[in-house]
Amino acid sequence: MTAYFNDIKENIEKEFQSFQNWNTNSDIITFEVSASEITKLLEMLYHDFQFQFLTDLTAVHYPEKEKQELCVVYHLHNLSKRMRLRIKVYLDITKPNIPTAINLFSAANWMERETFDFFGVHFVGHPNLTRILNVEDMDYFPMRKEYPMEDPTRIDKDDHMFGR
Amino acid sequence: MKEEHHIKLPEGSIGKESTTINVGPTHPATHGVFQNVMEIDGEKVLRTTPTIGYIHRAFEKIAERRPFNQITTLTDRLNYCSAPINNIGWQTTVEKIAGISVPKRVDYMRVIIMELARIADHIICNSIMGVDTGALTPFTYFFQERERIYDIFESICGARLTTNIGRIGGFERNFTEGTWEHLNKFMETFPKALEEFESLLVRLRIFMDRTQGIGIISAERALNYSFTGPNLRATGIDYDLRVLEPYSSYEDFKFDIPVGKNGDVYDRFLVRNAEMWQSYSIIQQAIEKMKDLDPSVFHANVPEYYLPEKRDVYTKMEAMIHHFKIIYGETAMPKGEVYHAVEGANGEVGYYLISDGGRTPYRLHFRRPCFIYYQAYPEMIENGLLSDAIVTLSSINVIAGELDA
Repeated sequence: MTAYFNDIKENIEKEFQSFQNWNTNSDIITFEVSASEITKLLEMLYHDFQFQFLTDLTAVHYPEKEKQELCVVYHLHNLSKRMRLRIKVYLDITKPNIPTAINLFSAANWMERETFDFFGVHFVGHPNLTRILNVEDMDYFPMRKEYPMEDPTRIDKDDHMFGR
Repeated sequence: MKEEHHIKLPEGSIGKESTTINVGPTHPATHGVFQNVMEIDGEKVLRTTPTIGYIHRAFEKIAERRPFNQITTLTDRLNYCSAPINNIGWQTTVEKIAGISVPKRVDYMRVIIMELARIADHIICNSIMGVDTGALTPFTYFFQERERIYDIFESICGARLTTNIGRIGGFERNFTEGTWEHLNKFMETFPKALEEFESLLVRLRIFMDRTQGIGIISAERALNYSFTGPNLRATGIDYDLRVLEPYSSYEDFKFDIPVGKNGDVYDRFLVRNAEMWQSYSIIQQAIEKMKDLDPSVFHANVPEYYLPEKRDVYTKMEAMIHHFKIIYGETAMPKGEVYHAVEGANGEVGYYLISDGGRTPYRLHFRRPCFIYYQAYPEMIENGLLSDAIVTLSSINVIAGELDA
């Protein structure tokens, strides 16, 4: 198990300059690459290491991380070896472009649309990157942290006592 | 088909055009609020465009404002046909990030409840599949068993559909005498009812003709679409998280993973049927195993996370403090991120939780199996008949609540 992961790590280290933060302490082995190399990385993992199952694709917004505000998270699964991997790609919120993964995983279609819908991540090459759960004429991305859940104009609700 | 070759249209007649129809958003056959814009040629479906999001309730956003113990009620409303699996899936996620280990008896109680929920979900899916093919009788007979399962849930948590069952660290109360009564009654009647149900549908000629070879998806395509649960297993792939990544002591139980072969509607029906037998046997084993354990244990000893009993809150100092801290979100949750998945009734229900140590999750993402596999629907029904599209839809068991979150 660890040997296999070390093999993966060596291969990625050799071929991907943007590879960093290999983290084995979390529940799933996690690492980061840049948006420009994600397609090549997914292809390598798909063909050479049988990570052929895209479990989940989503994003997280970190407003305080400058130039790295948006984080796209891929969860991959190797079914025959029972191993999972988590890949993170940090994006600048002013240019949130990342290549689509549809060519490898058909399942990425709606997952990417959902991520676009809620975070405004632009998946370059997606055939139909439109809103999926929210109304079409919405002009903001609701899961970003700057959008409060309650109507911000209301003054009768004061919950600064309760943390976030 | 090459109709153009042998049909010669008379001069001056208009060329052939396809019709666009709406199936849904509110249509009895969709079993939920979602729309399919279908382009049909006669009765043949040429193209389908699903539109979803009609009951989107922004659970992920709401979850960012709620203390951990209040998120269980949100998970109820994902797959509301098997809410306890979602509830317990969420609780085990929090236990994973907080490093809580629960006693064996709690695990077995959870297993019983989750398997009951799985049976309830499969009862709905399979008997409605009968209704959609014109067989109402099996549905009316078999639904009684779902009623009995809901009686069990009611006696444990007071609710039937959106259960909010259990707490972080265990259960709010032990199985009562009434629970055992209902459970024993169910264990007694269920095998006979399931046999009856099978005898009404499994070898029914009309049902077989309507379902065999319909809505086929190959194993390769299903994997590429990230299918999970019975829909994936019907294509022949034995992917089951209860075996692959056991949680809640599933490794203590002996059971098989039923798989299909063709990936059609009939195989999905058979896989769900066989799974009900397996779930039944798991519950039997769990009841047996519970007999050897201390019957008074129903939660872990973690006062910082486990919501104390109301009686203690009013009379005991410690309980009152913990109650206050949990309700007001003053309990420190460890920082970190975790992906925890349980085998839901229709696939891998995953919780991707990022905690920054605050009172609420920093980010919570639900991996909803329906949402992910429903995008394969247009491919599955392409060039089939409209009536087959309806059966296919009910066989993949799309639950609108889970689809839209």
